Amino acid sequence: MLIVSCPCCGITAEETEFHAHGEAHITRHTVGSTDDQMETYLFMRKNPKGVHFERWRHQNGCGKWFHMARDTMTLEVFGTYSAQTYEPPEKLLAEIDAKRPGWRDTA
Amino acid sequence: MSDPVSALKNAAYNAGIAEISELGAVGMITLRGDLSAKVLQKAAVAAAGVNVPDQRQILTEGQGGMAWMSPDELLIMCAYEDANAKLADLQEKLAKTHALAVNVSDARAVFEVRGPDAREVMAKLAPVDLAPDQFTTGMFRRSRLAQVPTAFWMPQEDTFRLICFRSVAQYVFDVLCAAAQPGSEVEYF
Ligand SMILES: [Zn+2]
Repeated sequence: MLIVSCPCCGITAEETEFHAHGEAHITRHTVGSTDDQMETYLFMRKNPKGVHFERWRHQNGCGKWFHMARDTMTLEVFGTYSAQTYEPPEKLLAEIDAKRPGWRDTA
Repeated sequence: MSDPVSALKNAAYNAGIAEISELGAVGMITLRGDLSAKVLQKAAVAAAGVNVPDQRQILTEGQGGMAWMSPDELLIMCAYEDANAKLADLQEKLAKTHALAVNVSDARAVFEVRGPDAREVMAKLAPVDLAPDQFTTGMFRRSRLAQVPTAFWMPQEDTFRLICFRSVAQYVFDVLCAAAQPGSEVEYF
């Protein structure tokens, strides 16, 4: 069970109040892209054992979208952050570096 | 004009550990926009008769009230028959503002759960910490009740009011009655 804090309304609740919507920070290739780029956008997903960045929505709460970094193995939630960004905040990445040294090599 | 008919025609259940009742037609206006905009705040306060509530709070006064729904959404409550006039007034005041106001009175149902075990009944159904020192009067919580979205608050100790979509009113009434069935006290709080 994940305990999630919504950065939009400030509620901390268990995961059934939220809904996961898959991997975050995907480049949305569009008109003019190659077939390979389109395939990557549509089908290619990371499936790490460890640090993962995801899109979530506060489905049964404020209704807002946000991002979450968590560990797929231990279910530790490293943090949540705004949906209006292309990449995780530096501060959060530094915290993950401290907790999971070397995670970037396998991500 | 036809008479308003609430989802369950004021259904009530008084045989359990808490009293469950549908509160009939309640006026409700959804207002979305920039909650920090003065013009929106002024219009909302005029319609609701209370100040703009803080994050995750509700303010009520008589039949009027206003709840914080999300960073860009407020719920204005009023007498059912006043909703259309208040909506027209809101739309006039917000004509030049990027905002949206809709009368959602007929899209919703409102229930009351009352009695010393009201907290237990709600806690069986919602994934929310309802300990007396954690959930108090004045708070407004959007969450789920069993399988459907709801929002609820405590107008006073031992009493919850909750809002759900009209289409799931029967489901909400049924799960509340099941959670309040005789002999089902948990005595946790
Ligand atoms: Zn939220």
